[in-house]
Amino acid sequence: MNTIPLCELRPGQCAIVWQLNTVGRMRRRLLDLGLTPGTPVCCVGVSPGGDPAAYGIRQAVIAIRRADSATVRVQPIEEGDTHGTDQRGHRPGCGG
Amino acid sequence: MGLTKGATGRGAVDKEAAPLEPQERLVALAGNPNVGKSTVFNALTGLHQHTGNWPGKTVATAQGTFRAGEHRCRLVDVPGTYSLLTHSAEEEVARDFICFSGPEAVVAVCDATCLQRGLGLVLQILETGRRVVVCVNLMDEARRRHLTLDLPLLEKRLGVPVVAATARQKGSLAPLKEALSATLSAPAGTRPAPVTYPAAVESAVSRLTPLLQPVAAGTVTARWLALRLLEGDTPLADRLTPELHSAVAGERERLAEQGVTAEDLRDSLVAAVDDTAGQLCRGVVRRGEAAPDRRDRRVDRLVTGRRWGYPLMLLLLAFVLWLTMVGANSLSDGLSAALFWVEDRLTDLFVALHAPDWLHGALVLGAYRMLASVVAVMLPPMAIFFPLFTLLEDVGYLPRVAYNLDRPFARCGACGKQALTMCMGFGCNAAGVVGCRIIDSPRERMLAILTNSFVPCNGRFPTLITVISLFFIGTAAGASALWAACLLTGLILLGVAATLLVTRLLSATLLRGTPSFFTLELPPYRLPQFGQVLVRSVLDRTLFVLGRAAAVAAPAGLLIWLLANVTVGDGSLLQHAAGWLDPLGRLMGMDGVILLAFILGLPANEVVLPLVLMMYSAGGVLPGAGHTGDLLGVLTAGGWTPLTAVCTLLFCLFHWPCSTTLLTVRRETGSLRWATLAALLPTLLGMGLCMLLTAAVRLVT
Repeated sequence: MNTIPLCELRPGQCAIVWQLNTVGRMRRRLLDLGLTPGTPVCCVGVSPGGDPAAYGIRQAVIAIRRADSATVRVQPIEEGDTHGTDQRGHRPGCGG
Repeated sequence: MGLTKGATGRGAVDKEAAPLEPQERLVALAGNPNVGKSTVFNALTGLHQHTGNWPGKTVATAQGTFRAGEHRCRLVDVPGTYSLLTHSAEEEVARDFICFSGPEAVVAVCDATCLQRGLGLVLQILETGRRVVVCVNLMDEARRRHLTLDLPLLEKRLGVPVVAATARQKGSLAPLKEALSATLSAPAGTRPAPVTYPAAVESAVSRLTPLLQPVAAGTVTARWLALRLLEGDTPLADRLTPELHSAVAGERERLAEQGVTAEDLRDSLVAAVDDTAGQLCRGVVRRGEAAPDRRDRRVDRLVTGRRWGYPLMLLLLAFVLWLTMVGANSLSDGLSAALFWVEDRLTDLFVALHAPDWLHGALVLGAYRMLASVVAVMLPPMAIFFPLFTLLEDVGYLPRVAYNLDRPFARCGACGKQALTMCMGFGCNAAGVVGCRIIDSPRERMLAILTNSFVPCNGRFPTLITVISLFFIGTAAGASALWAACLLTGLILLGVAATLLVTRLLSATLLRGTPSFFTLELPPYRLPQFGQVLVRSVLDRTLFVLGRAAAVAAPAGLLIWLLANVTVGDGSLLQHAAGWLDPLGRLMGMDGVILLAFILGLPANEVVLPLVLMMYSAGGVLPGAGHTGDLLGVLTAGGWTPLTAVCTLLFCLFHWPCSTTLLTVRRETGSLRWATLAALLPTLLGMGLCMLLTAAVRLVT
């Protein structure tokens, strides 16, 4: 299965949540926000400081820091299915 | 933003619930953050309560009353929360209120455009056994996005009333009131459990439920209690007897043996709620998942973009300050003319009554003139700045500020939400300190509380504006007001820089730790409710300032007049006190009079500058009409140089917060030591900066 950490999604790119590799309160928070396995998620932008990034999750836009989004494995959806323009390209090195 | 009466007045310090009257039915208003909950609250109760457009707006529970059918309801607006499984201090407030304060019904507000997430919370509330009325709000937004909702179907599936609403439109809440009235009239029955969990969990729950029945009675369902205990909710477990404790521990062990670890258990509970919410939505919401609003995304690409994000923030700040200065100037002139006309009439009255001179001096020249000058000089900037800022908030821009500033704050070991509490601090530091409850981690919350007064509050803005206008502009009008706005923006940036620096220092010393997680919802942009913002902010703020001015300024004016007119030895009491403080004042580039004014201004920063003026003037009497030309004359006669002005600006920015703020810090941190630190940090910074600057300037000249 081709999965990547959520933090590697580029603005405009969408994916399906595969797995949460975090425990405790952060896991709880992410689940509460609707990041359950199988949920579609889109990266809608990155803040001017480069971190956090904003994700469209179930009609809401939620900002998540890279350190946290690195713990979420997602399965990217086909390219070309973009909602925004791709401004920044691949953001490597977020771990996960 | 806590700039309403309730959040900035005494309410910010002490917000105790009024006791419930006999016929009143207690109703909780719950919902996810940012679903228009406060709008529903306002529409129902008509109470003055500010509506926010960012998550975690309701920092203290607001209350109001209204009638639903034959029932008189006491409605309590609990903080917005994503679930009843708690994270932050304010989410705990929400859970505790719903579960343990015994509300007779809960109105659960959902966002029509984001129904599934809201239903997760509805299911959790149903699990506690409360009677629930579901209010699906923002139906207009849903229509705009071509979403259709089959609410009768949802009502059938949930088994509780579900009503549609667009709380911003008048009369849209009538169905909600009807449903609530019917719910309150119906006898409290038991409903089937709304969510079914995996078999292993269900059997553990069914074994615990009978044991927990006596403990749960009257508050929540035993089933809910059993679930929370299995999850390992420590505060709840601490309330149990040893026997129950071991029963719970036994069940947890049994689950572990079956391969369900504590982490798995939590996941499966959340997943089950989420699945159930998903099934409820199936067929109810027509049109599936879609990317969030495109227009919003275009705006976001600009205001949170790499190129324009930061410059736009600065421009907006400068623009708001410029508007404030230009507007305040003309308003101030008009007000002071009117107030001094009143003073003349008062004097006529005293003359007509043959009142003795000392009485006229103390009451009219002392108390009234002080009050008038606080109102004339201090009120206009507040009355303009505040609604402007509230509009920015109403539109939904402020969460973007937190989003943009999270990186710098994270670098300093803190949280981007501190940017939000900092913004609240512009309005009122006490409100900002209360607002720090939106921060999850206790360490980061403490950082935000301790550094809140590094940004100037509304009570200090007018002093900054006046001093800048007098010494660096000449008169604040037209193009020069632009320059003044730039200077003020610079001062505020200095405050922000100090916030970051001190946060960094604290997180490397007293409050060591690594940044915790950060999630922030960026709400949709919404057209602000101009009329509501204007009326509420101007009226609430104006009335509040007038009240506080009367409470502080008038007695302070009286005190100063007495100090200036009671002579001991070779000078008045005022001269003695100022003389005693003078050496320290001089060291800081100011003088004893200014320091004394700052000290006397502890109850309200608004009075500092009028106090200075009054003390310089002969006999402790403020100069006549408060025109800028006269003020400058009084100050320069008092020995003010540009250095004095700069040091006063710096010390105004960095000194002890007002007593309301200090009391709030004490209450929020539960410790006098933290409150002391909150006073010491800015004071030491201000003294240090002033002394350094003064020494440097004196060395050069």
